Amino acid sequence: MNSTTMVSSLQAPRRLRTTRGLLLALVVLLMICAPLAIYPLFLIKILCFALFAAAFNLVLGYAGLLSFGHAAFFGGAAYVTAHAAKIWQLPFELAVLAGTAFAALLGLAFGTLAIRRHGIYFAMITLALAQMIYFMAVQMPFTGGEDGIQAVPRGYLLGIIDLRDITAMYYTVLGGTILGLVIIWRTVNSPFGHILSAIRENETRVTSLGLKPERYKLIAFTLSAALSGFAGALKAIAFQLASLVDVTWHMSGEVILMTLLGGMGTLIGPIVGASVVVGLEHFLSTSGLPITFIIGLFFVVCVMMFRRGVFGELKALLERSKP
Amino acid sequence: MTDIFGVPIAVLLGQLLLGLINGSFYALLSLGLAIIFGMLNVINFAHGAFYMLGGFAAWLLLTALGLGYWETLFAAPLMVGALGAVVERLFLKRLYRVDHLYSLLLTFGIALMLEGLFRHVFGAAGKPYPIPSSLTGGINLGFMFLPMYRAWVIVASLTVCVITWLVIERTKLGAYLRASTENPGLVQAFGINVPLMLTMTYAFCVGLAGFAGALAAPLYQVSPGMGSSVIIVVFAVVVIGGMGSIGGAIVTALALGIIEGLTKTFYPAASSIAVFVVMVLVILIRPSGLFSREA
Repeated sequence: MNSTTMVSSLQAPRRLRTTRGLLLALVVLLMICAPLAIYPLFLIKILCFALFAAAFNLVLGYAGLLSFGHAAFFGGAAYVTAHAAKIWQLPFELAVLAGTAFAALLGLAFGTLAIRRHGIYFAMITLALAQMIYFMAVQMPFTGGEDGIQAVPRGYLLGIIDLRDITAMYYTVLGGTILGLVIIWRTVNSPFGHILSAIRENETRVTSLGLKPERYKLIAFTLSAALSGFAGALKAIAFQLASLVDVTWHMSGEVILMTLLGGMGTLIGPIVGASVVVGLEHFLSTSGLPITFIIGLFFVVCVMMFRRGVFGELKALLERSKP
Repeated sequence: MTDIFGVPIAVLLGQLLLGLINGSFYALLSLGLAIIFGMLNVINFAHGAFYMLGGFAAWLLLTALGLGYWETLFAAPLMVGALGAVVERLFLKRLYRVDHLYSLLLTFGIALMLEGLFRHVFGAAGKPYPIPSSLTGGINLGFMFLPMYRAWVIVASLTVCVITWLVIERTKLGAYLRASTENPGLVQAFGINVPLMLTMTYAFCVGLAGFAGALAAPLYQVSPGMGSSVIIVVFAVVVIGGMGSIGGAIVTALALGIIEGLTKTFYPAASSIAVFVVMVLVILIRPSGLFSREA
């Protein structure tokens, strides 16, 4: 790094912050107006996956842990929420909370096991553990097997607002997603987040500074699992369905693709990636083309051509073009 | 005494045999996975897809070209191996310098592409493949009936595993391979073409997966999903055994196949998760794997 980039990166923050603030306000405004132009249920799907990908990015992008089992949290929470809302007849908030809490506990358990191994083994262990949850979901009676849990009641927000109204549902999910993203943003920019990045860069060094990387990784993993579960819970309520699709390893792969495509280790990247992938699937579902093949192709192209993702490459380009 | 814990001995032995067969497929696959990891530092997620490809190659050679069983058993692994060499040269080779995770993601993408393509072209339903006439029938061992083809599968895969193990541990070629896992730069300096060796290793191990697929074709039906369902179990096997030792990978694979078979007899509901439960226990007791040299 030469002196000019040092200076510019020192001077940049204030101007950058105002531009960023304006951009953010614009995006939020757009999201508030969006249901006027676009089918709300489609937007809800994008929001849920954006939160899921952002939560996943917390472990992959910031802590450098490749989890291949995040579908277990997303889909597992969806099952618990759907069951809580339909069979236990819990109100909306408690049902979502039950799903999120389940995902957090599951994340704690998975994390405790998987963090004992590094790198590639971590990926394989999380994949195997998630597959175990998948098989359980296939066999356990309460999940409804191939049918899943259908016709989940949406209930009322705070006991007043009827969520059967699709617009109310959309704004509720939007609020939940923003809450989740703010939590992630706060985590990443806290001292805790910086230690996570340090662990990703050089774990031995962090240990030598007297910190315990395992503990940090476990907290990050659990938080990520809980937020993934939150996304799954919202999706289950909004779509009134919890099914096997959400717990398969394809789903774990899809969230990796969203993060990779958008740009891992950036806050906006996963949201961009999720929008692209969900939009792409929506478009492909009517075209008759094999979706799995095209998702795989995206993986190959991403890994070979732009490993920093759409947003990461854009950021690098902007930084290079600066005087 | 024809019952053990309320299960007839014949049923128990039948399940054990099935477990042993599954175990020998796990062995062929985890062996290749372990060698690829040792040499190339790549976790080959596409291994399951190449196994599926082996099955489809055998089925296509039979139905489209009318080739016999023995020819396909020879040709299918060669075709799969050739495709593997192309994949290594075109893609994997460029990823050795970056983080291992990218090669895992790349092979995952390739697995999805292959599975998606075959599902699109051939449909999700299984394709039956007849047992070759020379291997039909069976032997009555007195205490149980042993179908010929099943016996052949176990013998063939174990022979291939043992030969591979011998080549790597006992021959000069194996010594080169082991040396280049330790220090590729030095081996190259002695005038050995390490990049070629890497390509050949990948092609060979992927060919093993293709062989397993062709071998499995008459037992299970050939279907696009057959690879992804087996690869996750094989990953668990590799986590349990640790990838440090090839012999360890074979032994672990067989043992887990048998454990799976036993669970199927005594507690069928848990049979699909038995391997994963064993994995959890191993991670708790000996995190680096049973046969690992690291701990």
